[in-house]
Amino acid sequence: MSKKKITLYASILAFSIIAPFAFPDFGTQLATLWLMIIVAITWDMTGGQMGYNSLGNIFFYGTGMYVAALITIGLTYDIGDYTSAAGGGIYEFTDLEYFGGMALGILGAGVFCSLSAIVIGSLTFGLRGPYFAIGTLGVAIAAGELVANWDWVGGGQGIALPVYPGDLDTGKTFFYFLFAAVGIASFLFARWLYGTRFGAAINAIRDDEEKADAMGIHTLRYKLYTWSMAAFFVGMAGGISAFQLIHFEPLESAYQTINLGIFMVVCVLLGGKGTLWGPVVGAILFHLFKEITWNYLLGWQWVALGALIVVTVVYFQDGVMGWLEHKRPEWFGRKVEKKVVSVSQ
Amino acid sequence: MTSIIDVSNVSKSFGGVVANKEVSLSVNTGAITGLIGPNGSGKTTLFNSIVGYHPIDSGSIKFEGNEISALSVQQIARRGLLRTFQQTRIYGAMDGVQNMLISLPHRKMSIFDALKTFTREDYERADHLLEFVGLYEKRMLKSGDLSFGQQKLLEFAMALMNEPTCLLLDEPTAGINPTLINGLIDRLKRANSEFGITLFVIEHNMRVIMNMAEKIYCLAYGEMLAEGTPDEIQNDQRVIDAYLGAH
Repeated sequence: MSKKKITLYASILAFSIIAPFAFPDFGTQLATLWLMIIVAITWDMTGGQMGYNSLGNIFFYGTGMYVAALITIGLTYDIGDYTSAAGGGIYEFTDLEYFGGMALGILGAGVFCSLSAIVIGSLTFGLRGPYFAIGTLGVAIAAGELVANWDWVGGGQGIALPVYPGDLDTGKTFFYFLFAAVGIASFLFARWLYGTRFGAAINAIRDDEEKADAMGIHTLRYKLYTWSMAAFFVGMAGGISAFQLIHFEPLESAYQTINLGIFMVVCVLLGGKGTLWGPVVGAILFHLFKEITWNYLLGWQWVALGALIVVTVVYFQDGVMGWLEHKRPEWFGRKVEKKVVSVSQ
Repeated sequence: MTSIIDVSNVSKSFGGVVANKEVSLSVNTGAITGLIGPNGSGKTTLFNSIVGYHPIDSGSIKFEGNEISALSVQQIARRGLLRTFQQTRIYGAMDGVQNMLISLPHRKMSIFDALKTFTREDYERADHLLEFVGLYEKRMLKSGDLSFGQQKLLEFAMALMNEPTCLLLDEPTAGINPTLINGLIDRLKRANSEFGITLFVIEHNMRVIMNMAEKIYCLAYGEMLAEGTPDEIQNDQRVIDAYLGAH
């Protein structure tokens, strides 16, 4: 890695650590930004790098919430009793039960979502293009409706988790760093993965799956693994969200197909599909745009968001990173090279 | 001489259209074998049947003595029987080197091997083969921006990268200018003699196929019309009739 790059990574890391203390009023916003970055990076793993545009990644977010919550509750109390009381305050958690449950819950959420990606993927990866997008969207919507009608997990009321034990501002910072840790982990993971033969194979699937088949690449296997890796991080992010939100319900906060489920796609399109930095840049721009319009254009915020999507899709398909690559191809190593080695004829 | 591909009595129809009817042929190990025939005579259908794109209606296809007619495209490719496409297929968004690296054989690659980065040898091999087909200077360009002929050369280099034992080439010279064709014939012959790859080639350009192949099969209307050495085929009245439309 060049010196420039190390400086860049170090300063981003430093900023990430200082940010919640420097801007204490924006603690929750910054945590949400990390959430956006996580879902954007993981969406790009299948959408940008593998060419499978999933609209169902929100399934892993919602499922992650539920799995994390149920593990934490289930370790201490009977889940059915707990949910039927709708968090009525008679259930106390010690620090160990809270943090221990949370750690196991978040990790369990990641693992569960990883495995469910394999199952859902086996059913949906036969679909191509828009059919895959709609098929996975269907899975997410159906899951939301099913959970909303499942009383054991709280039904339409959702689940209320215990509040962070201790100072609430410390709690905000605590969740910020949880999101940041998963965000950094998913970025480093993606960065490493795209440099491996595995990364090359999923790029091959994106560019021409039939050709990849003809070259003997285990296409289905790679597709399942990739989605499963993405689902692991989204599931963990969902698990953290469950504790951060304290109370969540199935349709608006867990399986929120039209909010976060679409936002993650817009983030990636805005930043540049199929690039390492695109999802990160896109998530930052999108989050800024969203917060600004939600504050200053209230009432018109959804119109502004819709306009952003239309403009991005119609005029700016390659996103920020794609546009840069087009303007400055040499920054990305695209050039005619003079012969430097000769091979005996 | 032993044969590497044995096709016996293979039939394939699409609805009412009989594309291949009781076709039998064999490709000798280490040789260059040609497949010719007028347009629509079922050559590409036969290729697709061999590499597993669609199930055959009847007959048997053996590769290295093992029945492969029920295997999937990937499984057949991993056994070392590879094909190139008539309409060139490369990974357009990537540069030449990436195209080559992706084409490394996945035959014995476990998931743990796949999680390694490409080695120096992989890069050297990619560069060497790109040099072999004459694309070294353009290896860092987006391969979708290369000319059709160059893309064909790239596809050929990718196939070599995969270390096949047998390569099925579907019209390797179609759309390539005459000067480049000579170079390509030379490289195909060298791939055969130096790398020991058995070639089975569909070709419309008679000069090319007569120059390369030791044995030629001719299909017409989905049936095997004639087989023999280039000389025999060239002088076979049935082949001449099929091409000139005297049927």
